[in-house]
Amino acid sequence: MNIEDLLKQKSEWLRGIGPDSDIVVSSRIRLARNLRGYPFTHWGGDDEKAEIIEKIVTVCEKISRLKGALFLRINEISKVDRQFLVERHLMSREFGAEPEHKMLIISSDEVMSVMVNEEDHLRIQTMKSGFDLKNAWNIIDAFDEALAKELDFAYHDEFGYLTACPTNVGTGMRASVMLHLPSLVLTKQIDKILQAIAKLSLTTRGLYGEGTEASGNFFQISNQVTLGRSESELIEHISGMIGQVIEHERNARNALLEKNEARLKDRVWRAFGILKSSRIITSSETIDLLSSVRLGCDLNILPGMNTELLNELFIITQPAHLQKLEGKKLTPEERDLKRAQIIRERLNI
Amino acid sequence: MICDICHKKAATVHLTEIVDDQMMELHLCEECAREKGAQMEQHFGLADLLAGLADLGKQFPETTSQILECNHCGLKYEDFKRIGRLGCGECYESFKKSLAPLLRRIQGSTRHIGKSPKGKKMPRTKLEIRELKIRLKQAVEFEEFEEAARLRDKIKELEQKRGKKQGATDEHRGSAETKE
Ligand SMILES: [Zn+2]
Ligand SMILES: [Zn+2]
Repeated sequence: MNIEDLLKQKSEWLRGIGPDSDIVVSSRIRLARNLRGYPFTHWGGDDEKAEIIEKIVTVCEKISRLKGALFLRINEISKVDRQFLVERHLMSREFGAEPEHKMLIISSDEVMSVMVNEEDHLRIQTMKSGFDLKNAWNIIDAFDEALAKELDFAYHDEFGYLTACPTNVGTGMRASVMLHLPSLVLTKQIDKILQAIAKLSLTTRGLYGEGTEASGNFFQISNQVTLGRSESELIEHISGMIGQVIEHERNARNALLEKNEARLKDRVWRAFGILKSSRIITSSETIDLLSSVRLGCDLNILPGMNTELLNELFIITQPAHLQKLEGKKLTPEERDLKRAQIIRERLNI
Repeated sequence: MICDICHKKAATVHLTEIVDDQMMELHLCEECAREKGAQMEQHFGLADLLAGLADLGKQFPETTSQILECNHCGLKYEDFKRIGRLGCGECYESFKKSLAPLLRRIQGSTRHIGKSPKGKKMPRTKLEIRELKIRLKQAVEFEEFEEAARLRDKIKELEQKRGKKQGATDEHRGSAETKE
């Protein structure tokens, strides 16, 4: 398996299936782990980092969940490839920014990935389609157990799993759920919801946008606290909150359909029209329009449209994906042309 | 964490002091902290009041710890404050006195409740109940009644579990559960 194979397949988390997939795009769980006896990555020497990579790779090669996995040394792949992996949510942006002594392991179905020498020696993650934290946890828990059999993790009886930053110590777990909340944004309820979330030690950030600005009505909610609560309690806590957000979004969608049906349909069909016929389109316009079309798809306003295709378009219209599809470097202007072309091709079936 | 003075409310104000080279920690509820405020200022020269749970700012507490360097990796606490990353796992033990108030502030707890690597499992029911009770109190204070009800059920469930276990091992008192 190589990077080009990823381009040909669809990530599991983009399949648009699983519980509440009309609102929840994906569920992700990440665990931070460190090896006892080594300095944390930021302070580690080259030899130590190389040793850590070797140790972890040796163990991962034996784990059955990673059969046929892709092992990538980040300093050996191109900048576009690094960006491509970030766009697919297989690694963090920071991980690619300093590529020396970094290793990425990706399971063949892209459900699991392992970053070696990120801020912590090990950052493992699982991603599932839809609202499915329980399943994501079962997978990552089993994987963590398998690793712990072979590796000596830095663990403290009082503080739990030790991490480079105290904001991750304890469980080392971050559970995140990506939601599509267009109706809460349209009905201007979103700020109230985000404030309520912040009060419950959960953090939100916008998604798909460049930098920190939220765009496309996508939001990622994750737990802020990692210590003092068990993994299952943290998952229960965040799931409870997300269940409520989903309900609010559903109510807002119904209210829009009831009171503003014509306006809503107009918005969806216009968005669809532009996507189907534009010749030049920017990334941010694409995201906004795809968000409207996705809402139309979820409310059966657009017959025959499927969530999986829309999810795929969100990803393949991003800069590195476009350049990999074209097989060469593209300027931003060239990308806007290529983006419009790909969207037209996929939507005019 | 329960208030050191009234032993009733959740402690949200954490005080770290040095008195004659001795580290002192006081955990107070807001009310007791206010009442004792003036008194403390007189008794302790280097009063260092850390913000409570609600304040989740990025800044690290100004520690008055005497331990300035990790005895394992040599990281200076100053450098941790500057960069925000610890040097090694042992740093947690080396800087324990300074990290505990920081953790209480950013995590609301200093005690891991959750899974552990194989071979290190120990019963945590008792600890878990204690933490849940603190959170229950907070939930009631913030009028999060749904959360409070959920916590109450959970505590009841755990207490029943613990009761059964204790009954079964009554003759073996002092086993793993009390070791912590
Ligand atoms: Zn008190
Ligand atoms: Zn250290």
